[in-house]
Amino acid sequence: MAVAIVPVEREVSRGRSRPWYRRPTLTIGCSILFVIAFLAIAAPLISPYDPTAQQLTAVLQGPSTAHLLGTDEYGRDVWTRLLYAGRVDLAVGVLAVVTPFIFGTAVGLVAGYYGKALDVIVNGIIDIVQAFPFYVLVIALVFVLGAGIQGVFLAVAAVGWVSYARIIRGGVLVAKREEYILAARAAGFSSARIMFRHLLPNVITQAIIFAMSDIVVVIVGVVTLGYLGLGVPPPTPDWGSMIFDGQTFITTNWLLPTIPGIAVVITGLGLSLVGDGLADAARPE
Amino acid sequence: MDRLSYVGKRLLHLIPILLGISILVFLLIHLIPGDPARVLLGPHAPAKVVAAQDKAWGLDLPLPVQFVNFLGGLLHGNLGTSLTYQEPAVTLMASRLAATLWLLISASILTVVITLPLAVAAAMRPNSWIDHAIRLIPLVGLGMPAFWVGIILLLVLAESTGWFPVGGFGTDFLSHLHAIVLPALTVALGIAPITVRSLRAAMLEVLQADFVTTARAKGLAERRVILAHVLRNAIIPAITVFGLNIGWLVGNTLVVEKVFALPGIGALMLDSILSSDFPVVQAIALVFAVLVVVVSTSTDILRSLVDPRVKLG
Repeated sequence: MAVAIVPVEREVSRGRSRPWYRRPTLTIGCSILFVIAFLAIAAPLISPYDPTAQQLTAVLQGPSTAHLLGTDEYGRDVWTRLLYAGRVDLAVGVLAVVTPFIFGTAVGLVAGYYGKALDVIVNGIIDIVQAFPFYVLVIALVFVLGAGIQGVFLAVAAVGWVSYARIIRGGVLVAKREEYILAARAAGFSSARIMFRHLLPNVITQAIIFAMSDIVVVIVGVVTLGYLGLGVPPPTPDWGSMIFDGQTFITTNWLLPTIPGIAVVITGLGLSLVGDGLADAARPE
Repeated sequence: MDRLSYVGKRLLHLIPILLGISILVFLLIHLIPGDPARVLLGPHAPAKVVAAQDKAWGLDLPLPVQFVNFLGGLLHGNLGTSLTYQEPAVTLMASRLAATLWLLISASILTVVITLPLAVAAAMRPNSWIDHAIRLIPLVGLGMPAFWVGIILLLVLAESTGWFPVGGFGTDFLSHLHAIVLPALTVALGIAPITVRSLRAAMLEVLQADFVTTARAKGLAERRVILAHVLRNAIIPAITVFGLNIGWLVGNTLVVEKVFALPGIGALMLDSILSSDFPVVQAIALVFAVLVVVVSTSTDILRSLVDPRVKLG
């Protein structure tokens, strides 16, 4: 999406290239993501509690051995809800990046390769969608499509694909004038073969690197929609609605709104580190 | 291409974009599954009322006619009428404009105040611990939801210490200023990671230029080299990045106004969504998109006027 356009930094060459496992950002990032993914997937094994089970005799408790992070206003275990919320938010986030990634890449490839009227139309649509502030368009779309997981996914995907289309289209416009593409054309290869076997592998890297920062923005977006009451409906836990509910008790139980936010930040940090590491690795040295 | 025809071309390019924005906003109402009036008025509304609403919106007319009417309304400054307040959306927005403008302007100022020292400190000593610490900011900052940052600031700087009001907008200039600090800081912290990163990168690139070597060789103090030569040349790409991200800034004000109970346009949009006040949602989406396009086009044009090296095309 149009948000968070971060220029790729140019670093002074570090000499010989290092294998991926020697790159600290990539290693740390992957480790963080691995732990988070494990916690989310293994949630039922890690926590004995039901994330939605209310226990009205034990509301708003502080951290204890029984409840690692305490309980919320319905006596639900916060640690358990945190884990289950991670499942929902990460799944929606990943899906809402992968779908537009595939669609946007295909559109950008075809528009860039064939050019002419098709390219003008695609480029126009990209410009128009990117004119809207991300949250404004997504919130308006969620409103018309209906709140909830499906609405959030559709809205984010409908806005997100244009960034991938723009990146791939830009790459294709440059690459299709290169000699290896001219050679492939001269050899009589089909357009489909040239696009997918020759162009795509050469232009996909930038889109993959962008996807790593995009997924951070999308997960923050999903959480924000949850906070605004437009995302995952209660009582299913979601980091955003957990923060919203906890906000009421900010003076007495400040952990309630703070903890889910920290979970989002750590997830974002892991993804950003991996993205940075990948960008670093992809850069010719 | 000379400068004037470049400006003309950029302005001409605005027309299809603005037209496209209005088409998209117009089509939003048709994305509502089923009869929009029925959906918005609820299942218990009598059929007569629903039909009347459809007629009031002109939804009984053919699509192209509807769009021409919609566009005609826009050109006359008519962005629809609020269902909740029975007032023109434009009037509602105008009454909320002050808080949003305060927020946008003070957030932009704070962004500059945060960005400049951090980027300069990082670029002056590349690969030092300061540089590494500052380069960590975008990695952590990008994943911070703006509303959560706002809540934390409220917790630390308003609830616990009482230094700032917990919400609201105040009644006079000084109380506005007092009330806007935390919301503006929240918005600025959302975009600063991006601007710090781009300004640092731009400065490092300028530092390699020959004129920097010359400036150093003629014995200028490093401070003067950085501030007078490097920063001046690095600021233009940084402004471009800021212009590209203006949409992000505007989008964040929406959520931040909600957290701090600021009576702004963003908060109006969210309230309108909760009360299914579709015309207001539509009008605000349109205004925000137009605002972003106008700002980014202006930064493009300004940049081409200020920097003779900018490639025109």
